[in-house]
Amino acid sequence: MKKSLLLATLLSLFLLGCSSTPINDAPKPSGPSSSASDDEKDLDLASLRDPNNILSKRSIYFDYDKDVVKAEYKDLVAAHAKYVASHPKAKMTLTGNTDDRGSREYNLSLGQKRSVSVKKSMNVLGAQDTQIETVSFGEERADTNCKDDACYGKDRRVDISYEKE
Amino acid sequence: MKKYNLSILKIFKAFISLLLFSLIAPHAFAIETIEISGGGTKQINIAVMPYKEVGNDKANSLMHQIIAADLYRSGFFRPLEVNGLINKPFVLSEINYPEMTAIEAQVMTLGQFEINNNRLKVNWFLVDVNKKTILTTMEFSGPAAQYRAIAHKISDTIYEKLTGIPGVFSTKISYISKNKGRYSLNVADADGFNIQSVVSSPQPIISARWSPDATKIAYVSFEKKKPIIYIQSLVTGQRTVLANFKGNNSSPSWSPDGRRLAIVLTYNANSQIYLIDADGSNLKPLIQSTHIDTEPVWSPDGKSIYFTSDRGGRPQIYKVSSTGGEPQRLSFEGNQNLNPNVSPDGKILSYVTQDEGRFRVVLHDLQTGQITKITDGPFDEAPKFSPNGHVILYSHKVRGSGELSTVSIDGVVHQSFNIQADDIREPAWGPFAK
Repeated sequence: MKKSLLLATLLSLFLLGCSSTPINDAPKPSGPSSSASDDEKDLDLASLRDPNNILSKRSIYFDYDKDVVKAEYKDLVAAHAKYVASHPKAKMTLTGNTDDRGSREYNLSLGQKRSVSVKKSMNVLGAQDTQIETVSFGEERADTNCKDDACYGKDRRVDISYEKE
Repeated sequence: MKKYNLSILKIFKAFISLLLFSLIAPHAFAIETIEISGGGTKQINIAVMPYKEVGNDKANSLMHQIIAADLYRSGFFRPLEVNGLINKPFVLSEINYPEMTAIEAQVMTLGQFEINNNRLKVNWFLVDVNKKTILTTMEFSGPAAQYRAIAHKISDTIYEKLTGIPGVFSTKISYISKNKGRYSLNVADADGFNIQSVVSSPQPIISARWSPDATKIAYVSFEKKKPIIYIQSLVTGQRTVLANFKGNNSSPSWSPDGRRLAIVLTYNANSQIYLIDADGSNLKPLIQSTHIDTEPVWSPDGKSIYFTSDRGGRPQIYKVSSTGGEPQRLSFEGNQNLNPNVSPDGKILSYVTQDEGRFRVVLHDLQTGQITKITDGPFDEAPKFSPNGHVILYSHKVRGSGELSTVSIDGVVHQSFNIQADDIREPAWGPFAK
């Protein structure tokens, strides 16, 4: 009993005395780095930005609780796979997302399953695992006010991003 | 002859006790016990009288309100309306028993307190109204700033006296809030008061879990744009990275001895369960599959791990030995079952069932296999047993934003927390302080 009171007091003292640990987003690097122009050339960053290039399209959408890459995204997936395969210095992140129904950890896993599914499609086309990281945000970026499937559908996606872009 | 001697002895003992009581009172002194069976279905009617502040007749005591709210939330008690009573006793001699019987009080608590030099001292009684006997009388004292903590200790004592079960009113809970786009992991008293932020970030924080000794919290933070597991001390505030491997690092669960955690890693594949020492060393896979395995939780004896897997097509609850081996499926009802949590005695699983579009909290009796829905949905999440196993804390979505609620395990008493934030989710219940 005495011990528990002591611990409770210690905890209260900390909780009363210390302020919370605040985490802030790291500031974006300012100004071009010395290798920025090399990256621009080596990675052909212009093609990633060109709105007329399919590489500027970055989202692949999924059905509810599914991780199958639908036929309508084959060209998009193929274009990014080819880009990664032909640019050995390129580093791609595939970030899976889900709608906000279900548990947060299961949705984290489901988002991951979707990013892995996209990665596998790209592996078949020559993109190497060493150049790709698959992660998930689960339902953390989902719209929490959805009422119909058209809305939920926008959350069920994998986003493609590149390290140096 | 022997019998006669014994009763003499008993009377003598009682006399000595009474004498001691009057000499060194106030003093912890249990005089009689009351027989209560079951909870919720047979709630105890309790009159929680306003505790009088000595030397401040006009003060409106909060103490009895804190106690009444605690007891109500537990599901075992029905606090009665006492504002209309003519007689508001704070010492035994002033109790008007016919008036207490008229409002159908079975037990009542009354008392008085004083605050001197920033110290609070409370003398209080728990009385059996029908037998007109004292069940408990005690004196509690502490810093005046611990006003609520002292009230919770009185609630704990009343609860345990009448149910035989340790109360959880002095324990802590944690939850994640989202306010103006900023996420915060917070610790609060079990009634949602005394909120303290432990860590805050512009990126999501999820899956906070208390260490078994209540001094640390493991959680998942997305501050580096991917999920990484941290452990933070509640005593020093210091935090360390537990797991930052390629891919996702998530779903920490402390082993009952606090030495290891089950965690979920992905590298470049699906979620898989690993075991890791609390210092981040000695990583090894628990089971390996090509499917999703996640949300591990340890059985209290440390021998088994319950988890969620989609190996059968949809998420369901499985069990595996904590040394690995072949998992066994446990959930078969409902479309999906996920988010498992184990009762402190290891006999009941609580998890979320999705059926007919609703996510509801269920209890799954591991001995009988019986499954009981204790919430109505539609979006209930993250059920967590209280440390005594008699209440479930969970989150639910109301018009797009989350709130916390408790429900007694018989499903009868539901209580929402009134915490101000844009969105509240992911509750966890801290253990009894050891």
